[in-house]
Amino acid sequence: MNLHLRVWRQQGPDADGAMAAYDVSGISPDMSFLEMLDTLNEELAGRGEEPVAFDHDCREGICGACGMVINGQAHGPERTTACQLHMRHFADGDTIDVEPWRAAAFPVVKDLVVDRSAFDRIIGSGGYVSVPTGSAPEAHATPVPKAAADTAFENAECIGCGACVAACPNGSAMLFTSAKVVHLNSLPQGAPEREERVLSMVGQMDAEGFGGCTNTGECATACPKGIPLPSIAAMNREYLRAVRKGR
Amino acid sequence: MHGGVSSVSAMALVTRTDRRPSLVSLAWRSTVGKKAVMAVSGLIMLLYLVGHLVGNLNMFFGPDEMNGYAHWLRTIGEPFLKHSWFVWIVRFGLVAVVVAHGVSAYQLSRRDIRARPVKYAHQRQRASYATRTMRWGGVILALFIVWHLLDLTTHTVNPRGEAGHPYENVLATFSTWYGNVIYIVAMLAVGLHIRHGFWSAAQTLGANRPGRDRILKGTANGLALVLTAGFLSIPIGVMTGVVS
Repeated sequence: MNLHLRVWRQQGPDADGAMAAYDVSGISPDMSFLEMLDTLNEELAGRGEEPVAFDHDCREGICGACGMVINGQAHGPERTTACQLHMRHFADGDTIDVEPWRAAAFPVVKDLVVDRSAFDRIIGSGGYVSVPTGSAPEAHATPVPKAAADTAFENAECIGCGACVAACPNGSAMLFTSAKVVHLNSLPQGAPEREERVLSMVGQMDAEGFGGCTNTGECATACPKGIPLPSIAAMNREYLRAVRKGR
Repeated sequence: MHGGVSSVSAMALVTRTDRRPSLVSLAWRSTVGKKAVMAVSGLIMLLYLVGHLVGNLNMFFGPDEMNGYAHWLRTIGEPFLKHSWFVWIVRFGLVAVVVAHGVSAYQLSRRDIRARPVKYAHQRQRASYATRTMRWGGVILALFIVWHLLDLTTHTVNPRGEAGHPYENVLATFSTWYGNVIYIVAMLAVGLHIRHGFWSAAQTLGANRPGRDRILKGTANGLALVLTAGFLSIPIGVMTGVVS
């Protein structure tokens, strides 16, 4: 396959960026999107040009490191991560636009790399349970209702890639935060800090400069892990409950 | 996650001695709380619209029924309330609700726009038409409310404008082309606003659950359709001569 790429190039956080055009050839339909970028980078390095910087790690779709907006869609046209997106979903001769996540809370570090440590600070504000850890507890020590376990698992699938923020027209982190809140608040282990958790995490989310939710649903459509939109409703429920309880 | 967690504040292991500001003010400053204000105020306005529509359908039953209904509205609560007090209480309540809705919408929108300072070079169509037009639709509705009050409450711009005769005043409004155009545009806008707004309010107040999503969206579509069609039936009735 031969492709025309238009990639966001930006030297550093404070530098001005622009879309740069590149042609890549000899792309196999079985390559992942990141392997296609690797091919481009080898060419660029061979010509003595600066390779395109992008985040990646496991390349198995489970770590959440990679992420770029491909043709205006977070992680591209398929519901998966960029590393698991295969070039067979594009046609020979296509022009593909590649941009970094765009959000005030995710400043560009370089090219397609953005700083997502705002997510870490949201987790740090309440995305854990405060229990003394030791050896693994006996599995039946704390009974978990099946429905609660299912909800917790569904939301625990979030890999923190930030596609929800990138897809949201308001750059909102509601889906990410709600996945974390609902995951822990559904479980008996998370119950003691239920109110404190949702208040702290929403507070941190707002403090990071993410936008608010206008219920467009773009986040849940883009999410490679299928975190459902009702998770946001569940977090809203938890938040309003915490306010009512006065804690 | 990416990199280390910078500062973990041990939230439950530390005994909190300081009193935080009240949770109500905390909620108002948060995006989630402000959205809840929007949702509740929106639902109150929706409830008012349903009552407003049912009452105004009296237009189809002639001047005596319509004007009698308008008069009755002012007698509600008597003798506990004095004449017209009920109407004034509703008016003050509605103004408060409209202001709360508008102020939170403005503040949230400002924040949302700031949160995406750089637009994507590759733009594509996002969300439904109703969702994308919430902000401008809201502005149109606010302007319409001003026009509507000047027309049928204060009679400032009404071609006839006789107090206590809403039937004749409404007929006069819908006998002008601009009266019809303004009203029809506003009613289409209100339908779109409710279509996204009702479901959005349910989501914001935490009423949505995985199995309930379709029912809520269906209810939103139904409410939008019934209210738009109901309100539009009045100018259409006047135009077609059913109401005269």
